[in-house]
Amino acid sequence: MQLLSADTVRVDRLRTRMITMQVAGAVAVLLLAFAPYVFEPAVTSQWIKLFYLITLATTWNLLAGYAGMVSVGQQAYIGLGAYGIFVFNDLGMDPYSSALIASIAIGVIAFGLSFVAFRLRGGYFAIGTWVIAEVVRQVVIRFDSLGAGRGRSIVDYTADPILRNLFTYWLALGILAATLISTLFLLRSRMGVALQSIRDDEVAARALGIHVGRTKRIVFVVAGMGAGLAGSIICLQAIGVQSPSQIFSVSFSAFMVFMVLIGGIGTIEGPIVGAVIYWVMDIYFSQLGLWYLVVLGVLAIAVTLFLPNGLWCALTSRFDISVFPVGHRVIPLPGADSSARPRPAEAPVPVKD
Amino acid sequence: MVVVNALVQGILLGGVFAMAALGLSIAFGVLRVVNLAHGEIMTVGAYIAAIGLSRLGISVWISLILVVPVLGFAGYWVQRLLLQRALRIGELAPLLVTFGLAIIIPNALIELFTTNKQTIPTGDLAVRSITIVEGVSIGVLPLLTMIVAVLLIAGTQLYLTRTRTGRYMRAAADDSETLRLMGVDHRRVYALAMGLAFGIAALAGVFFGMRQGGVTPFDGHLAVLFAFEAVIIGGLGSLWGTLAGGVVLGVAQTLAGVISPELPLLVGNLVFLAVLMFRPTGIVRSKVAV
Repeated sequence: MQLLSADTVRVDRLRTRMITMQVAGAVAVLLLAFAPYVFEPAVTSQWIKLFYLITLATTWNLLAGYAGMVSVGQQAYIGLGAYGIFVFNDLGMDPYSSALIASIAIGVIAFGLSFVAFRLRGGYFAIGTWVIAEVVRQVVIRFDSLGAGRGRSIVDYTADPILRNLFTYWLALGILAATLISTLFLLRSRMGVALQSIRDDEVAARALGIHVGRTKRIVFVVAGMGAGLAGSIICLQAIGVQSPSQIFSVSFSAFMVFMVLIGGIGTIEGPIVGAVIYWVMDIYFSQLGLWYLVVLGVLAIAVTLFLPNGLWCALTSRFDISVFPVGHRVIPLPGADSSARPRPAEAPVPVKD
Repeated sequence: MVVVNALVQGILLGGVFAMAALGLSIAFGVLRVVNLAHGEIMTVGAYIAAIGLSRLGISVWISLILVVPVLGFAGYWVQRLLLQRALRIGELAPLLVTFGLAIIIPNALIELFTTNKQTIPTGDLAVRSITIVEGVSIGVLPLLTMIVAVLLIAGTQLYLTRTRTGRYMRAAADDSETLRLMGVDHRRVYALAMGLAFGIAALAGVFFGMRQGGVTPFDGHLAVLFAFEAVIIGGLGSLWGTLAGGVVLGVAQTLAGVISPELPLLVGNLVFLAVLMFRPTGIVRSKVAV
């Protein structure tokens, strides 16, 4: 262990990889944007589902994996996103703009709800968010204009099904790209470091002058908006909501937990991997009915206990791969081997770790 | 008189909430595990009673002799095999394991027994009542539930303060490291606490089922939220507070029911959120470390 100082090491923010990532990401998004011209709507509508699943997994991971807030009430925002479309659509806006405006409204609601939710910690936070989701559902079904307890379909909508699928696809892709980009930049920023320190030790983080409450609140709001946008996509794709109990179902939280755990909590890549796995499973096994959910639950428990870091970490521990550069890497400067240089007598003893 | 009646019914309704909350309280107090599957354990208890009733023809009271130990045993092994391992991994892991159970159980129940209500007939007990004054009468079953809830809380309190295992549980809650140094197998203590929590949950589930006339796979979600609300309203760490929390929740629900039959759940939840906002330590100050 040698003393780290500015003249012996340099901190690498992986800038080259970041630039490569940005170019590759932009190309990928562009290519995906043209996909509806190549593939059948049946195919792209499956992709829409994948896009919103990744969005959900990424935002849940931001909450639980980076800020240490395990919420099992994100369905509150999914439902609000879906019902938000009806609200703004009734005011005369087209469903796509409704989705975007609803997400801002949801951000405001999530900000308000954070003051209630943040009264609780850990496991009680989890169950508290669940109660909040129930309250949101019970409030929504009191509005007759939103279909009360029955569900509703979008009234004012593009009649052409191909165009409809196209717009929904682009919106879902745009939301996904925005989610991933904002997550990446958030985690590379000072706030990202702050977040991880809060997750690891909240008291120590506070002692270091990190605004714990504010940082957590920002993440809570961002995650709520992400779930809300995903909810809008779910509603757009189904042209409405079957029933409030379905869109506000706690199963959504189960899916999010499952995707993030399988892939690897606390990484950017993990939830994406998990979402893809869940998506593939869903295509092939969803005809199993509810046994499918039972299997999902068993798998989630098994992964929690036997592979707590998820598949992505199992991969990265074997190969040095990282798609999204958020880390800091300390590199010794060439020709600055400090052990060879005379060290001042009063040099502080280097602290291990 | 309608309001007085609602008040009385609400207090009695609190008995079943308190009973549901007791198991959750024990699991959190001793093991620091928030059991998200608590409601599902109650549901399983009620299912065993209902199936015992309909297929084997045994009385619901006899079925309790079966249900409570069976789920207590299940709790013991869930703790030893799943949660003990999860507790070693980190704070999130136990939560996620119980959430997994909360997803598995209702869906398995639907596939095995359909979504139909499994009835738990109690003979004429459900309709028998004692009239106190004109317009206010107390149902025998709710009264019995309340008495059982009070006895359970008193019993648990005595168990935790007067028996050696109970004291080990409280010690484990405070400092499991020292307990281990004193040569006590903390894993066994933990598992016994979870067994106790599961057993009480099962009992609460049967009473909950009797009150509703039966049980469906969806009841667990509702029950865990009620139980949790009672714990928070009452104040963490106080068993008698849990009873007070249950009563507050019950009264809020029945009073809301007087205004409109659609309101009870919403108002109950809003009272909970209000307590959380303005009195987050709960209405009863914690005296006993549980």
